[in-house]
Amino acid sequence: MTTETKKSAILDLYEDLTPTAILCIFCLVAIVFVSVFAPFIAPFDEAEIISDESFLSAGDESLILGSDYLGRDMLSRIFYGTRVTVYISVTIATLAFFVGSMFGFLAATLGGIYDATLSRVVDALIAFPSIMLAMILVTALGPSIPVLIITIAFIDSTRVYRVARALAMDIIVQDYIEVAKVRGEGYGWIMWHEILPNAFAPLAAEFGIRFTYAILFISALSFLGLGVQPPHADLGALVRENMQGLLYGTGAPIYPALCIAMITISVNLIVDWFLKRSDASLPDEF
Amino acid sequence: MSSDQMHNDILQVRNLCVDAVPRKGKPFAIVNDISFSVEPGKVVALIGESGSGKTTISLACMAYAKPGCVITSGSVELDGMKMLELNQSEKQLARGVNISYVAQSAAASFNSALTINRQVTEIPVIKNLMSREEAEKKAIELYRQLDLPDPENIGKRYPHQVSGGQLQRLMAAMAMICDPKLLILDEPTTALDVTTQIEVLQAFKNLIHQKNTSAIYVSHDLSVVAQIADDILVLKDGKMVEYGPVEQIVSNAKQDYTRMLIDAAHVMPDTIHPAPVNTKQETPMFEANNITAGYGINHASIVLKDVSLRVNKGETVGVIGESGSGKSTLGRVICGLMSPKIGDLILEGAAIPGALKQRSLEQLQRIQIVFQMADVALNPRHRIQKILQRPLEFYFGMSGQEAKNRVIELLELVELPASFMDRYPRELSGGQKQRVNLARALAAKPDLIICDEITSALDTIVAEAILDLLQDLQDRLGITYIFISHDISTIAKIADTVAVMRLGEVVEYGSTSEILTPPHHEYTELLLDSVPDLHPGWLEKVMAKRLESA
Repeated sequence: MTTETKKSAILDLYEDLTPTAILCIFCLVAIVFVSVFAPFIAPFDEAEIISDESFLSAGDESLILGSDYLGRDMLSRIFYGTRVTVYISVTIATLAFFVGSMFGFLAATLGGIYDATLSRVVDALIAFPSIMLAMILVTALGPSIPVLIITIAFIDSTRVYRVARALAMDIIVQDYIEVAKVRGEGYGWIMWHEILPNAFAPLAAEFGIRFTYAILFISALSFLGLGVQPPHADLGALVRENMQGLLYGTGAPIYPALCIAMITISVNLIVDWFLKRSDASLPDEF
Repeated sequence: MSSDQMHNDILQVRNLCVDAVPRKGKPFAIVNDISFSVEPGKVVALIGESGSGKTTISLACMAYAKPGCVITSGSVELDGMKMLELNQSEKQLARGVNISYVAQSAAASFNSALTINRQVTEIPVIKNLMSREEAEKKAIELYRQLDLPDPENIGKRYPHQVSGGQLQRLMAAMAMICDPKLLILDEPTTALDVTTQIEVLQAFKNLIHQKNTSAIYVSHDLSVVAQIADDILVLKDGKMVEYGPVEQIVSNAKQDYTRMLIDAAHVMPDTIHPAPVNTKQETPMFEANNITAGYGINHASIVLKDVSLRVNKGETVGVIGESGSGKSTLGRVICGLMSPKIGDLILEGAAIPGALKQRSLEQLQRIQIVFQMADVALNPRHRIQKILQRPLEFYFGMSGQEAKNRVIELLELVELPASFMDRYPRELSGGQKQRVNLARALAAKPDLIICDEITSALDTIVAEAILDLLQDLQDRLGITYIFISHDISTIAKIADTVAVMRLGEVVEYGSTSEILTPPHHEYTELLLDSVPDLHPGWLEKVMAKRLESA
């Protein structure tokens, strides 16, 4: 029985695939592949200076995407950059989610003074422009990858908190929660077994959006010079360091920018598709 | 019916078929070969349980099908106009002007951000049939005809500033403002209290007669329909069961299904619940003494005033009252969701704390509650097995095969097949969900179950079956019930003692036979009088009596 329902769920997923979804899934698989296997598939090391000439155009000296401002292989830089970007953003989004939803659910479940205190603190944090807050924290603590991750995850978790709390507030007033309370259930059970399964679909969608924001955020910080430090680079840093290339008419700053666009757009489209699908999977009413 | 008469019919529906087209899988028929007609100034009632296709048919009369449904064949002719053959803009022109629709929940149909007048006059104004001033004048006239208080000014209020019964009548005013040829009323009184229901019913009836409008009245309750309809069309599973004048259907039903509907109608039962055998028990199962409770900080707004109640083991106490009488609050206080301000709760001789947090596991286990809305009382993401297994784990530490066997036993107890274990709540019907709710309460092996309006949201026939099940469980397991309801005919069928509540106070309290035999408290009398009789003409009698006493 269980295997049968599982099988049909996968089959369902397969049947619901739209051309856009297939394209996006293909892009994502490629991105994940590149970020996992970057050291093996990159033609050169990311720090190795290959050519004496900077800003070679694509194809010159058999470098597929040309060279960057120091004459390093652009393709290898992008492979490594994708790896850094994906690794950091996934960690940020997961962390932000864990912290944000936990506190959001907690606030909704406990209510009263706990909810008020938590929510006002979060309001105060949200009132800061996020990029400013991040710049202050990163400058103060020094730009290293753990600091970046924790700072951005902390800022993002306040946004996730809002969403999680709003979702939980809607769920907490349902009769099945009252039934659980009358049974004598503790907060842990109510949050984990009663609220979470019902908030899961919208939270999963929010996860996708947060993930893309994290990419943009880390790229923005790197662009400002506060992100990943040389010789490593994420996609945003690659755009910044090769800005000069625009003057020489090479594509060096364009390729990493396109990569950022590809990752964020495909994740967003998949989230849209997933949301539409979970709406449509509600029972038909006649 | 002669051909001459057929010519005059306002509405003619011939061989109507509607299919549901699921997202995946084959289309299937939900309305099958329905034919009926509405003569000028007459009311035809569509009656049947949920899923019988009555709403789908009434919507098809407006040439509308819900998303996922398609009108496949048949014809709908409104005053000579073939509705199904019109194009989209012609259909839109006809809807609201020639044919209008009053939905079940007026509260959900009004926009809470606009004044009532604005919404009532919307259709004639946007269709350029009247100026706003003309439309408002007409609306005031309609308010007067519908017996609404302060007809000149009520339209200036917002929807939340009037009562549910008034809102339902305002909805009718909205529908009538263009003098439609046909009015469709879809369960307009189902969500209302019994006492309000008859006022609204009377207002609708007067309006229909004064305006000589034809109407389709959709309902699942035969006793209500008998008061307002001229003809009745009984439906089951999208097919016609019986079609004829009210008198014939009510007094001389030909089909078994119609007779079932008649038996299940909300009328006073011929025999009330038999009195309990031993009324003198040493300690009652449950006692509530002088309970006062309210909402807000420090019980700022009191909703329960000095309420006392006792019930013996294996018996049922019925708590009856309209919405706002505090009957549900009483249920919440007893199960611990709300602490009383003053008063004691005593479970088999021992006082229990008011707050849920202070109750012991054993005290929690002995009192269970079943809520009115079965669909929101079951977590939609849990399978039935998980729903039923949790109390077993929680109270008795059962797990694995032992728990599974007990789940099967519980499902058997509420007359559901064991295969339902793997289903999600949405795959069950309303009645089945309510049975699962009951099974979850039974899983705790409780001594006392609080039933909060558990049959109110169900069709009459399904509700009847649930009541039988409750009775059967009580006989076998000796469970005590506190049965909360707004329907005195339901209470009469199940309760041993009755507490009549009004505005947070118990106004009359005694054994069911005492309460139901005169002399009554005046409020009990009002409740009793509001239970419709199956026979046409009852409504006029009651209204005449009310006028007399007023």
